[in-house]
Amino acid sequence: MTAQTLQRPPAPDADAAARIRPRRRFTGRGLLHAYTWLIIAWLALPILVMIAFGFNDTPGRYNTSWVGFTFKWYAPDQLFLYPDLTDALILSLVIAIVASLVSGALGTGIGYALGRYRFRGAGSFNLLMFAAISSPELIMGASLLSLFVSLGTGVGPVTIAIAHIMFSISFVAVVVRSRVMVLDRSIEEAAADLGASPWTTFWKVTFPIILPAVMSGVLLAFALSIDDFIVTFFTAGTYETFPIWIWGATRVGIPPQVNVMGTLIFAVGVLGAIIANVRSRSGQRTR
Amino acid sequence: MSRLKRKIAPYLLVLPGGLWLLIFFAVPMIAMLSLSLQEGDIVAGYRFTGHWQNYTDSLSAYQTQLIRSLIYGAVATILLIAIAFPMAYWIAFYGGRRKGTYLFLTLLPFFVSFVLRTLSWQQILADEGPVLSPIRDLGLVGPAFHILGTPVAVIGGLVYNFLPFMVLPIYVALERIDPRVVEAARDLYANPIITFRKVVFPLALPGVFAGVLMTFVPASSDFVNSEVLGSSETTMIGQVIAAQFLDNSDYPTASALSFVLMVVLLIGVFTYARILGTEDVMKVAAR
Repeated sequence: MTAQTLQRPPAPDADAAARIRPRRRFTGRGLLHAYTWLIIAWLALPILVMIAFGFNDTPGRYNTSWVGFTFKWYAPDQLFLYPDLTDALILSLVIAIVASLVSGALGTGIGYALGRYRFRGAGSFNLLMFAAISSPELIMGASLLSLFVSLGTGVGPVTIAIAHIMFSISFVAVVVRSRVMVLDRSIEEAAADLGASPWTTFWKVTFPIILPAVMSGVLLAFALSIDDFIVTFFTAGTYETFPIWIWGATRVGIPPQVNVMGTLIFAVGVLGAIIANVRSRSGQRTR
Repeated sequence: MSRLKRKIAPYLLVLPGGLWLLIFFAVPMIAMLSLSLQEGDIVAGYRFTGHWQNYTDSLSAYQTQLIRSLIYGAVATILLIAIAFPMAYWIAFYGGRRKGTYLFLTLLPFFVSFVLRTLSWQQILADEGPVLSPIRDLGLVGPAFHILGTPVAVIGGLVYNFLPFMVLPIYVALERIDPRVVEAARDLYANPIITFRKVVFPLALPGVFAGVLMTFVPASSDFVNSEVLGSSETTMIGQVIAAQFLDNSDYPTASALSFVLMVVLLIGVFTYARILGTEDVMKVAAR
């Protein structure tokens, strides 16, 4: 009987684990629960400090000790007080948009091909992507700078975007591939049977189905790009993105504007992730 | 679709992204190798002379920092396994319907720039900060006690910044365990400790290995944590490489060091890929 039970495929519902657990009164369980929350609190602590000091009524640029509560740094005239900081934020946003769109398109092509077709070289291609995902950022940045130095091209916004597209492609591809692999191909066959050309089938049937995966790939690329420091540090030259500006400002003090911008990026990111998650869940329910 | 079209379709899809990865990921490594064998100075320019002494010279000058980085990375990785495993275990087995929420909370730090998070820790751990000043006022530690500037602060920062990369793969591995396998162990009179040691832990090992890969590589090549939280006593190889590249423009030394670091880390990465395959890491990247 046990053998039969084991041969059955894994239960699709994750609650199966929960159903058998309560019988066992494992004393460590409550302890582990508390421990998990402790680690989450530890993970959240520096974020809370960052958010809190965006409300600090500090008189100058030094924002290290608590003075009093204020909303004033959120006013546009205060928030954009440092033109070079504002420029850095804009450059970060522009590069993130460009990098996420380009890597979204290129990565989707790779992910679709790897998920759908068996072809010569797919294995080595997987290895190339694996190397790109697991390579240290320091080495990617240093080697890209080596390339640009050797070629004698300058570095600036274009090279930052090139670098960000490079490290995002594999992530988009992996996300899209995992969706394409579980695609129900009978839907496409049905479209073909009804006389749709492969081109029409792709755009009218396949693409809408994989679109949520493409979107989360693009969002992931956007998040990777806007927060990136190490690779950007090597490929930026004298140009400053938001993280690079902060790095340069550490010696002269990080003004509260940085906390506010960090808080806003955090809020938008969290909100976007929640919306994307809710939408993909309701999408799964309707399928 | 004609047979020919079907044959070339995957290559056409892979081509643009593949070329991008080849030109901006693989070729730069060659550029870096070439740069590491050049001689000259920034004013007169560098020429390729096959000057392999760059390797011996830079290694003897910076072996302390290289070894220190590998030790910090190893210590951080061991701590990460110890900290992440219980948390991943609890989320996977007892998270119930809120699993997604707990994972999301684990990923919260990724919505704040790496640099900002680390600077936030600098503020928290400062001599006059909220942690150290109360315990100093209580007389628990002397006035000469610091956290910043010590290896504890640097390794702590590494552990903090890379924790999600350890929790996620272990969680993915644990979640795949069929609860009935655990149940079977218990039916066969294994106590919880033996069940864990003989059943759960071995099945979670691929996740632990993926986590080690995803944390050791960025931790040992990091330069942000030791720059922000450390001192001259904690200088890591990443800082040396960044300074040689960007401040001193000593490209041959910098690329020789990068190349050594890359080879050390890549040997680990490819041994991993050979033995365990690339799927576990790719799966985590896809989440």
